[in-house]
Amino acid sequence: MLLIKCPWCGNRAESEFNYGGEAGIARPANPDTLTDAEWADYLFMRKNPKGLHQEQWNHAQGCRRWFNAERDTVTYRFTRTWRIGEAPSSTRDVDS
Amino acid sequence: MTSRRLESGGFVDRGKVFEFKFDGRTLKGFAGDTLASALLANDVAVVSRSFKYHRPRGIVSAGADEPNAIMQIGKDDATLPNLRATQTELYNNMVARSTKGWPSVNFDVSAINALFGRVFSAGFYYKTFMRPKRLWRCYERFIRSSAGWGSAPAGNDPDEYAHRNAHCDVLVVGAGPSGLAAAVAASRTGARVILVDEQNEFGGSLLSEDTTIDSVPAMQWLEKTVAELSNCETVQCLTRTTAFGYYDDNFVAAVERCADHLGKPPGQTVRERLWRICAREVVLAQGAFERPLAFCNNDRPGVMMASAVQTYVNRYAVLPGERAVLFTNNDSAYFAAVAFKKAGGLLAAIIDSRQSGAGVTAVTNAVDHGIPIMNGHLVTDVVGKKRVRKAQVAQWSGDTSQTIKNTVSIECDLLMMSGGWSPAVHLHSQAGGKNIWDETHHCFVPGETLQQNRSVGAGAGQWSLMECLQRGGDAGRTTAEACGFVVQAGQTYETPQDQENPIEPLWRVPASRSPDRCAKQFLDFQNDTSVADVRLAVREGYRSIEHVKRYTALGFGTDQGKLGNINGMGVLAEALEVPIAQVGTTTFRPAYTPVTFGAGAGEDIGEIYDPVRKTAMHEWHEMQGAPMEVVGQWLRPWYFPQYGEDIHAAVARECMAARNSLAIMDASTLGKIDVQGRDSVALLERIYTHDVGRMAVGRCAYGIMLGEDGLLMDDGVMARLGEQRFYLTTTTGGAAAVLTWLERWLQTEWPELDVHLTSTTDHWSTIAVVGPKSRELLQKVGCNVSLQRENFPFMTVKDAELGGFPVQLFRVSFSGELAFEVNIGSNYAMAMWELLIDAGQEFQITPYGTETLHVLRAEKGFVIVGQDTDGSVSPVDLKMNWLLSKNKDYLGKRSLQRADLVRTDRKQFVGFVPVDGKTVVAEGTQLVNDPLLPVPTPMCGHITSSYASACLGHPIALGLLQSGHARIGEQVVAAQSDGTYVDMQVVSPVFYDPKSERQNV
Ligand SMILES: [Zn+2]
Repeated sequence: MLLIKCPWCGNRAESEFNYGGEAGIARPANPDTLTDAEWADYLFMRKNPKGLHQEQWNHAQGCRRWFNAERDTVTYRFTRTWRIGEAPSSTRDVDS
Repeated sequence: MTSRRLESGGFVDRGKVFEFKFDGRTLKGFAGDTLASALLANDVAVVSRSFKYHRPRGIVSAGADEPNAIMQIGKDDATLPNLRATQTELYNNMVARSTKGWPSVNFDVSAINALFGRVFSAGFYYKTFMRPKRLWRCYERFIRSSAGWGSAPAGNDPDEYAHRNAHCDVLVVGAGPSGLAAAVAASRTGARVILVDEQNEFGGSLLSEDTTIDSVPAMQWLEKTVAELSNCETVQCLTRTTAFGYYDDNFVAAVERCADHLGKPPGQTVRERLWRICAREVVLAQGAFERPLAFCNNDRPGVMMASAVQTYVNRYAVLPGERAVLFTNNDSAYFAAVAFKKAGGLLAAIIDSRQSGAGVTAVTNAVDHGIPIMNGHLVTDVVGKKRVRKAQVAQWSGDTSQTIKNTVSIECDLLMMSGGWSPAVHLHSQAGGKNIWDETHHCFVPGETLQQNRSVGAGAGQWSLMECLQRGGDAGRTTAEACGFVVQAGQTYETPQDQENPIEPLWRVPASRSPDRCAKQFLDFQNDTSVADVRLAVREGYRSIEHVKRYTALGFGTDQGKLGNINGMGVLAEALEVPIAQVGTTTFRPAYTPVTFGAGAGEDIGEIYDPVRKTAMHEWHEMQGAPMEVVGQWLRPWYFPQYGEDIHAAVARECMAARNSLAIMDASTLGKIDVQGRDSVALLERIYTHDVGRMAVGRCAYGIMLGEDGLLMDDGVMARLGEQRFYLTTTTGGAAAVLTWLERWLQTEWPELDVHLTSTTDHWSTIAVVGPKSRELLQKVGCNVSLQRENFPFMTVKDAELGGFPVQLFRVSFSGELAFEVNIGSNYAMAMWELLIDAGQEFQITPYGTETLHVLRAEKGFVIVGQDTDGSVSPVDLKMNWLLSKNKDYLGKRSLQRADLVRTDRKQFVGFVPVDGKTVVAEGTQLVNDPLLPVPTPMCGHITSSYASACLGHPIALGLLQSGHARIGEQVVAAQSDGTYVDMQVVSPVFYDPKSERQNV
């Protein structure tokens, strides 16, 4: 079981968290002006990297805050987590 | 029956006699026995029948790798299937049954299968049973009944199980010499250590071997070491505990068998405890498994692993035979032969496949005990069906492609074999570590690790006792140091030094005929996978070990290939003409040995498994005898039967009461969210499709929310309580998801909005008062606000005092009738409910449940999200265009313009009435335009809701129909699951009071 570092609570068991998919997908400001293809890109298209991936997670069984996390999709290891609206720290907690 | 128990020696307690039953026979053993050692002491040779050919099989090993002695232990509801007799401690009055073979292992009706061996060769499932497909059911029944794999108990497990979380600096798995050395070294630094071992006592191989450490008998060193560990406060010692799974972030799961060895757990004892261990560092010292040799008929009872014989002799004081032959390709087995001889057995010969034989130490030892050694020889076959009688021995040049012509017979009733050793790399591999092929010792050893773990001892390919102790101690210090502890200089150990000759691999043994035509040479005993099967798989084109495994069932059984897999890989490598390193291993997955469902579930069973939510009026509903319906985690009354009514009569009565007079319903399970903050309107405008900002304070509105894909997610009435304060209701099942959804947008996308969301689902109880007399009832109990239409119109909300209680009063209706919903603090809800029930007697107030709720709303064509919709339905499909604001953006709005959502042939929401006026078709029934079209007949929709309607006098249904909105007035056909058809008239989904006048009175 992974230990995930909630930026509000600290290290907690993986089972307290929910996964929210890729991070950093901003909702378009004016959806009406987008073509179908542009809208579909926002709606459906997601990265599927082998390696580091930035994701949203929710501390669902804890403080209920959403936060950002960087995770290695090969090793599953969380390399760093940070609060929404803040920049990730320049160093990683662990190597991937 | 002869007793094979030795007069002295071993670790059994001869003063404590246990009686036990095996397949109906009453036998005796001692405390300290395993079931296997007790069976061998009673000279029980045949313990099971093999899976495919039903060949008689005996005990082969003394540990987790046992493929044959798989037992059903215990009786009634406490019975456990698929336990290895070799790892099952004997207790008094144990009832054991072999799980394979029927009606008994000695007479198996299915043994006739063995005569048709060719039919059952590799891939026989695929080739024989897959065609014709329609016969699969017959085949399956035949296969299942002809070879049992144990049986599940009929009732609930009477025993208790527990889970425990634990944290430590260093977890040591395995308490043999290397694990003990590691634990001691780590503990001396002050590190918190957990030491687990699957056996009933620590010691591992030291319990079976006759050797010295630091010039004293190894047993003395063991006692001293175990005492030191037990007395150390920072060390937790767990015997009878199997670490079975290695997961991410050094999380290791282990199961402790607290009471399995007692038969019945005494008092408050749990039967098994699951340990969830978070370790900073892990030392794996799991030891190694000895490999069999693949000669003809190597599965005959009496053929055993050499090390197992040594264990039975030294640890359990059992001589598994009278006259033995040892067949080996390495030095280690010589010591087993000597142990057998020393205990009083006759050792006819050591057959060593190596031309140059064993090293000095082994040879001297054997010669000193008068054991003849035959180097450059093979055992090619054994004679005897239910027990080995003779070994066929031949001289050999060392060429595996050779066939053997001349053999001589050596009489024996025990054939000890050793094909070398395979480190138990299971946990290392589960942790993501790679394995590398050791060209010297011919085995896979742990390579690079991905987590904080290291392997030591035989499990790491370290074979001498000295190396095990030294490396174990090093690992204990290194891991403690990694955890930040200060480490002293390492300890050295002194052990006897052996001079060894290297092993020479022998993956299969040459026989008198080619390996494809000779008698069966088994690789996997449990699945009857032979050398010929693997070679056949290669001839049929299989290359990958993963494919060969699935085609031949190699390594599929309860032992997961612990015994036979490496030999199988060797045979595969030979057939593919590649080095064995290139064949690789199959994937190692948890669990290392089978884990009971009870241990997995722990305390989370029955009522504790999932909380049950009950409303404040729950007990009242129960007292009325209302059957309950499970809705999410809630229990809701389904209907309130009177005087032996069935559901249909009760629902008809409840519906008519709501339509004609007065009815009451507990609607407390509605999800409720309180929204406050400066930007509440701004948030809700983006969530709901209607113009939230245009609602006057005190107004209610029906609102829907869409996913960004434009499809309906949830619905409910929402009310504006203040300029920036709202009260939202959600569906009963959707409450948590909606709150999470709102929170997510608020936190991640619009954190600048000042809004606070609070779930008030449990704080408010909701009572729906429904029917033409509802206003009169509220007036009667006393309400401080005017309830008249002009003062309190439909779809408004007021704070009020009702019968002396403060309430929120909503004038809303999910039935189409004049109705009020009373929100009251849950602590007062029961009092309010009783007040309304008492006052309502003069109007024959009728409580109703979820079934009537559904009928009433269906008569009005109101959608239930999750019943009439399924995540693929847009608001346009539901004809809810009137709810879609053109003045703003909202979640999902852009998607409503996507090509797929503007198609006119989408499935759309409509009503149906059966043309015969009486058939209530089942919900989920598929609709077709023309049932006479050939199969597969194209479907054009399906029924989502269907009821008898008492007030309309005929059945009604709702559903989704392709282009449904344009097909009102047409007919479609409901194709029922029994093959009959019902003509359905397509109608508007609003069956009752289409102008909605009744709710407005
Ligand atoms: Zn948190």
